[in-house]
Amino acid sequence: MRRSPVNKPLKDSLQEQDGFRHRAVIGFTVIVALFGLLAVRYAWLQLWQHEDFTTRSESNRVQVRPVPPNRGVIYDRRGRLLAGNRPAFRLEIIPEKSGDLDETLARLGEIVTLTDEDLERFEKTRRRYRDFHSVPLRLDLDEGEVSRFAVNRHRFEGVAVVPYLSRHYPYGELLTHVVGYVGRLDERDLRQVDRDNYRATTHIGKLGVERQYERLLHGDSGVERVETNARGRSQRVLQREDPVDGADLVLSIDVDVQQAAWDALGDHAGSVVAIDPRDGSVIAMVSKPAFDPNAFVNGIPQADYQAILEQPRRPLINRSLNGGYEPGSTLKPFVGLAGLELDVVQPEQKIFSSGRYFLPNYDRPYRDWRKGGHGSVEIRRALEESVNTYFYQVAYDLGIDRMHDYLAQFGFGAPTGVDLPGESSGLLPSRDWKRGRFNEPWYPGETVIAGIGQGFNVVTPLQLANAQAALISRGVMRKPRVVFAVKGPLDESAHRETAPETPGVRVVNPEHWDLVLEGMRRVVNAPRGTARNVSLEADYVIAGKTGTAQVFTQDQSVDYEQDELDESLRNHALFIAFAPFEAPRISVAVVVDHGGAGSTVAAPIARATLDAWLGQERLMGYRP
Amino acid sequence: MRRWLPGWLGAPRLDLPLLGVLLVIMLGGLAVLYSASGEDGGTVVRQAVRLGIGLCVLVGLSQAPPHILRLWTPWVYSLGLVLVAATWVLGEGQGADRWLDLRVVRFQPSEIMKLAVPMMVAAYLHPRVLPPGPRDFLVSVAILAVPALFIVRQPDLGTALLVGISGCFTLFLAGLRWRVIVGLAAAGVAALPALWLVMKEYQRDRVRTFLNPESDPLGDGWNIIQSKIAVGSGGFTGKGWLNGTQSRLEFIPERHTDFILAVLSEEFGLLGVLALFALYLFVVGRGLYIASVARDTFSRLVAGSLSMTLFVYVLVNGGMVAGVLPVVGVPLPLISYGGTSAVTLLAGFGIMMSAWGNRKFVR
Repeated sequence: MRRSPVNKPLKDSLQEQDGFRHRAVIGFTVIVALFGLLAVRYAWLQLWQHEDFTTRSESNRVQVRPVPPNRGVIYDRRGRLLAGNRPAFRLEIIPEKSGDLDETLARLGEIVTLTDEDLERFEKTRRRYRDFHSVPLRLDLDEGEVSRFAVNRHRFEGVAVVPYLSRHYPYGELLTHVVGYVGRLDERDLRQVDRDNYRATTHIGKLGVERQYERLLHGDSGVERVETNARGRSQRVLQREDPVDGADLVLSIDVDVQQAAWDALGDHAGSVVAIDPRDGSVIAMVSKPAFDPNAFVNGIPQADYQAILEQPRRPLINRSLNGGYEPGSTLKPFVGLAGLELDVVQPEQKIFSSGRYFLPNYDRPYRDWRKGGHGSVEIRRALEESVNTYFYQVAYDLGIDRMHDYLAQFGFGAPTGVDLPGESSGLLPSRDWKRGRFNEPWYPGETVIAGIGQGFNVVTPLQLANAQAALISRGVMRKPRVVFAVKGPLDESAHRETAPETPGVRVVNPEHWDLVLEGMRRVVNAPRGTARNVSLEADYVIAGKTGTAQVFTQDQSVDYEQDELDESLRNHALFIAFAPFEAPRISVAVVVDHGGAGSTVAAPIARATLDAWLGQERLMGYRP
Repeated sequence: MRRWLPGWLGAPRLDLPLLGVLLVIMLGGLAVLYSASGEDGGTVVRQAVRLGIGLCVLVGLSQAPPHILRLWTPWVYSLGLVLVAATWVLGEGQGADRWLDLRVVRFQPSEIMKLAVPMMVAAYLHPRVLPPGPRDFLVSVAILAVPALFIVRQPDLGTALLVGISGCFTLFLAGLRWRVIVGLAAAGVAALPALWLVMKEYQRDRVRTFLNPESDPLGDGWNIIQSKIAVGSGGFTGKGWLNGTQSRLEFIPERHTDFILAVLSEEFGLLGVLALFALYLFVVGRGLYIASVARDTFSRLVAGSLSMTLFVYVLVNGGMVAGVLPVVGVPLPLISYGGTSAVTLLAGFGIMMSAWGNRKFVR
């Protein structure tokens, strides 16, 4: 015992010091041991797990960012800009950094205009990305919005105004149905493209050339390896793989001709397609009414879109590619040629027109447009005066299947293969088609009216212009081309696109073709021609053919005065033409919705188009 | 050698090996701070000034004889207690009311208690017969528990723990019987659930996050994960001074205060960490040696318990940075940016120096 039970114990300094030393040694031993453990822990992290943590540190440090390529621009044949890139600003949010998103959006709404569509789209896009990804909220901010945000920037963590290039179309609705437009990339678009290549892309071609040539226009996206701090702000670019910008396109469209055709259509709805028969390039392709493509680029408000949808004349329809019209008499040159080439009618053989045509054993009359008929006519006169009876007889002698097979060579009933998306094929009837479609036999009367382009026949304006181009180039068929040349970003020399030739029309006797073309010349130039008005004061020779497409089936026995009909019931007016007659350089098809007669309404529009093109050529120093 | 030095520095009151190592730690710390602050000279200068003030306090206290210090102790303790209580009422701070603004200086009164509590326990035990009996034990526990409870309410769990532990070390070094120690340890473990109940929600979150940091890698787990990445990616030799990407790109949170060890680990690697631990170990060992040769009970107990407390700082901070202990606000001694802590620590070393100066020369 160190202290006695009786006396108050005394402090023993030496003993205390010994006790202390004992405890200090124990304490220090424990401390050394714990330091050892801590050191082992650090060694574990820094030696054994070093590689793993180095990787994680690198992925912290370096972010790989896709860099979008600049979209190629689009020019017309003469180098005028049809689709360009304009500097603009958009608003982007990084949801992870913006705090309470709803509240941020509400406050942003006080500074910039945010429609319900903007918010909805933002919500959709946001779900596609992780929270640290920057998501666009509003595109194309105006100057006021940009400066208002700049002043209030400090109130919005994780929100930024980002410069970008916005697509714009200087000619607006004039070229919507050819050039098309780009719109915001959505999930459906992403399924059709290489996602990696579109990681930084916001827009994609939705219509027309923009859609057809998306691959070329878009280019290849680049990659940037950026050192980034914990707040996601990039510090410096470590490595950069430049994007390959999209190729520029030169269209064969001539804006002057396009504008002339557009203006000539006036208030009418309709379509004008002009093709250069020498190379198949499309000079003009008008569909009216149209709409302003610029409205679609940065997202069109639902109400505006609804308004476009509800317009009775349907501006969203591209009449040149998708307008299905009865060809009417514009089909006659082709039917006549079929008769001559397939030897059912001879070049100088005359057929008598009494005004009424009867099939054997039927008492239903098929009428000529002139009461009392045209008398005896051969092919040229039949075309000049558009004599129905001549073609009734030829068609009847050909039979529907031979007629189908021959006309199919001109591309009727099938897409022309133009370099634009969504082309319709029209309809070229045959026995097989009717059985397949209606499970009904073919009636002889249907052959007769098919001979004048009525009944089941449906063509598009593009098909008509292209078929006529094949007619005037003696059977050479080409796929029409809208893109004339492609200019790569590195390759300054434009590489020219040539229209591929497709299997043409077999020529039996070139004289037959001359006869038909001569007939078309007389339509415009002979005293009894149905479109004499067109050639007035022209310093070149025009040839063509008028046509009328029935909007509702008329009783052949009753006469209607078209002017007395309600506009929506009036016939469509058609006119196909080419010029100059001796060496054609343009093939035009005009369709005027509910225009009435082809000669009075459609023909002058064709003339304006021809003038614009041939006049242009003269200006540019082409030989006359 | 002494004759080459100025008189006061050569005075036997200053233990030059200890002072030298402290200076090495502080200078190294300033270098790390320069990197951690993003090469901000201003921060380094401010910290250097504080360390300078701390060194003045150290030298000043080293000249005071232990019995004078012992006589001041109750006053210091009482003042500290009042200030801690005042902080409770008037204080300001980041979420927790730790700071007291005295217009001239803002400081954390709880830091004073880190010194005052072991001093008060030692001063109480000084005239008593050791090892302490039950009555002395209970009084000592009261001395350390009252301020600790005040500080817990601030709430500052880390400081409260350190204050309590420094008092406990004093008792341990005073020779508290093993059965009492074991009993207390058992009671402590049993009391852990109770501790959970008094914890604030954010403290509970920290513990939860500590137990499973990957459950919320961008939220509360962020600190621990990023700190571990910094340490691990440092490797054996480190990425080099001013080259730590985790630190310079601001992935490490609180990188110039509580997590400065992560910066050091990243830039100087395991070698740097081991060197630092060795320096701290030397300081702790030297402190215990000074205590063991001290002349009086008060000096001996204060110097011993302050040395051991210093180790706890390093252990808790280092464990937190390495992800083996929960995140509590304990700075890395003499290296973390912050004035009060540095001055308090250096004041503690001043008391040790005073004990050294009045040591027994003869066993």
